[in-house]
Amino acid sequence: MYYIDPHIHMVSRITDDYETLARMGCVAISEPAFWAGFDRGSAESFRDYFRQLTDVEPKRAAQFGIRHYTWLCINAKEAENVQLSREVIALIPDFLDAPGVLGIGEIGLNKNTKNECTIFMEHVDLAVSHDQQILIHTPHLEDKYMGTRMILDMLTGDSRIDRSRVLVDHVEEHTVRHVLDEGFWAGMTLYPVSKCTPQRACDIIEMHGAERLLVNSAGDWGPSKPTAVPDFIVEMRRRGHQESLIRKVVYENPLEFFGQSPNFDFTPPDIAEAAAL
Amino acid sequence: MPSPMTAAEVLDREFLEIRAKILELAASFDRLHRSEGVVQGDPRVILIREALDVLATTDRGGRAEEIQLLFSRQYPDDWRRDYDLETV
Repeated sequence: MYYIDPHIHMVSRITDDYETLARMGCVAISEPAFWAGFDRGSAESFRDYFRQLTDVEPKRAAQFGIRHYTWLCINAKEAENVQLSREVIALIPDFLDAPGVLGIGEIGLNKNTKNECTIFMEHVDLAVSHDQQILIHTPHLEDKYMGTRMILDMLTGDSRIDRSRVLVDHVEEHTVRHVLDEGFWAGMTLYPVSKCTPQRACDIIEMHGAERLLVNSAGDWGPSKPTAVPDFIVEMRRRGHQESLIRKVVYENPLEFFGQSPNFDFTPPDIAEAAAL
Repeated sequence: MPSPMTAAEVLDREFLEIRAKILELAASFDRLHRSEGVVQGDPRVILIREALDVLATTDRGGRAEEIQLLFSRQYPDDWRRDYDLETV
């Protein structure tokens, strides 16, 4: 089965991972800008990072027939530095027309601070003023519930936002309903310890349905598994779910969400194969 | 959307896994017990006890959500006032 991983940080992965993803049926990925594991010293570091995301990674992915898309921002953790954040936000418009840039992300909250909220809203303002989609990071562990509610409060308080063009990521059992009920898309991240397991993601699909729900690996430099989406597919099959339902979650839903971005230029592999014949 | 599996099928499939997870918990508590020092008043231990109470309840769904909320900071409705942030 073809699938799309809508959230994975390939700058942190080796080239062999691209080959493994391709072997497992991955045909496209989207890579949000995120924290590098250390706080960067200047906005120019982000300019280089954005070049890597918009130029280098698409070429690396293309070697294995995988389409690479990306999202740009300064992440929530470094957003605590308001001055640096504003300098980085000022750089972003230069990259928004690059092929494969789907929008602004992953913005959000980390420790739910006032500075993080300030920069979150400035990112939202950037997205709205440039008609961009938004991909949102929600906090970890004990901060997730409070942070997700704060994010939803900020989004629903902004009448300019088209909720169908916003993906709120890393939802779990206690946040998914809030996100879906407000009309946003929701992403489940399959992390070994701190987020969702493939089993719990299947449970959430069974409890909430498959509309506006995505699953991703969020594979990065930490403990994570880039092939987590295929693990989810296997778990769904083991439970006896229909292939059409699985395909909706791992392929059709990402296509529908990404398809709202003018930079999402994608030919489904089956159509490409038919054309080649 | 219901699970395609019956309760009996789920139990058949997951019994050994559940047993193993309970054993892991038991071993963790034993490890705490035989280690030097006292953690009984630690808020995390109190949270763990409350979570075990949730697990022990029967004939009720939503345990995962309840435990998630138990381990979560509360959401204050008036957070914007504390941060002096206005609505757009």
